[in-house]
Amino acid sequence: MTTFGRGLRTLVLATVLTIIVALALVFFYAPLDADQGFIQKIFYLHVPLAIVSLCGFVFGGLLAIGHLRTRNRAWDMRSYVAIHMALIFGVGGLITGSIWAKASWGHWWDWSDPTLTSFLIVLLLFATYQPLRFSIEDPERQARYASVFAVVAAAFVPLNFIAVRLAQQFVHPRILTLGGGNLPGSMRLTFLVSLLGMALLYATLWKYEMTAKNARIQVRRLRRSLLGDDSVRPLGRSAAPS
Amino acid sequence: MSTVLAVLRKDLRLELRTFETLPAMALFSLSTFVIFHFGFNQAAIAGQLAAGVLTVTLLFAALLGAGRLFVAEREQGGFDAFLLAPVDRNALLVAKAVAMFIFLAVLEVIAVPAFGLLLLGPPLGPRLPGLIAVLALADLGLAVIGTFVSAIAIQTRARDLIAPIIGLPLLIPALIATARAAGPLLAAHGSGSPPTKWIAILALYDVVFALIAYAVFDYLLED
Repeated sequence: MTTFGRGLRTLVLATVLTIIVALALVFFYAPLDADQGFIQKIFYLHVPLAIVSLCGFVFGGLLAIGHLRTRNRAWDMRSYVAIHMALIFGVGGLITGSIWAKASWGHWWDWSDPTLTSFLIVLLLFATYQPLRFSIEDPERQARYASVFAVVAAAFVPLNFIAVRLAQQFVHPRILTLGGGNLPGSMRLTFLVSLLGMALLYATLWKYEMTAKNARIQVRRLRRSLLGDDSVRPLGRSAAPS
Repeated sequence: MSTVLAVLRKDLRLELRTFETLPAMALFSLSTFVIFHFGFNQAAIAGQLAAGVLTVTLLFAALLGAGRLFVAEREQGGFDAFLLAPVDRNALLVAKAVAMFIFLAVLEVIAVPAFGLLLLGPPLGPRLPGLIAVLALADLGLAVIGTFVSAIAIQTRARDLIAPIIGLPLLIPALIATARAAGPLLAAHGSGSPPTKWIAILALYDVVFALIAYAVFDYLLED
């Protein structure tokens, strides 16, 4: 018997704590933006969501490499959960970005902003991950094809950003440039704590989902060995690996 | 190398005897030009608009052709035969991509003059060398991604749906670069040479995805 949830409690506590600190910093410490006012605070939600989502996609691709190299289906499940979570974060990032765009530029959508546009393209690509899985029946082939797709799509992320960025003029405030950016220190601290909180939230959700899946698999295995094959309901046409 | 040539020869002979894919792609392109004419309600277009129409039409025609690429292998057991043969599996990727490239080149021999005749305002002649360079690079990307996406989609239940929904987002950077490179070429007083920046991006895209497809294609072919 293995325990899957090891470290989950610590992770949850760290996440809750960091997010509380981040929220406190956002609302009580970070200064109000001079021209955008209160709505600028969505920046502390939107940018971490988007960054964590993109990192999650690339993370899923790296895990998929693990599956292709080792042929161990556990890697495929990790990759699946990573991409699944990143998709949820990505939709959140897109919606908050749209709200911010409406508030500060007056439109819900702005094509002249390369970051928003390339993010949409990446999201559109990764949104096909599940339909692809779902339409392959053989579980082994499903895992293999999904991994191949995840690797290619993860490699697509940086290339897409280069192409779209070159295609348009800069509108987005370039905040985290290599030269240090133009963010005042208090705002940067708040942003970094928010980013950490969001990354921890992603890690927690990923770990939680992995724990649940592993536990479900183990329950099925135990039921099958104790009560016979008939006691376990067939999985059906599930797109998710389990 | 001989495997690549053998598969390529088989594909080209199949196409020459059945005339299935290429005429469909060409007819599709012509119909699309007609639709664009009525959609815009304009007799002649130029510049970025013309480049966009040409690129989008070729992109969709390419996806149409890519969908057919592995159908014979799938239905007639060609995959099993290929796996039984003691040859490098990547030969199949290379052969199919070259076949796709040839299909696209032949398609453009028909579709580009038709585009010049039906829709393009400024004369096509002086712009042709630059346009050929841009389209050759675009075809390379379309052939590689088309082959890769088709190889994934052929094993799925909903293959006609999966190929375009994966292919379109993957091809967006190539589409951006092609349209931007062709835009100044097709402008009313355009220069004869396409912008270097977009040519470079298109070439980078081709190289990166050719390498990635070559690296992962093995995994699509084993059972």
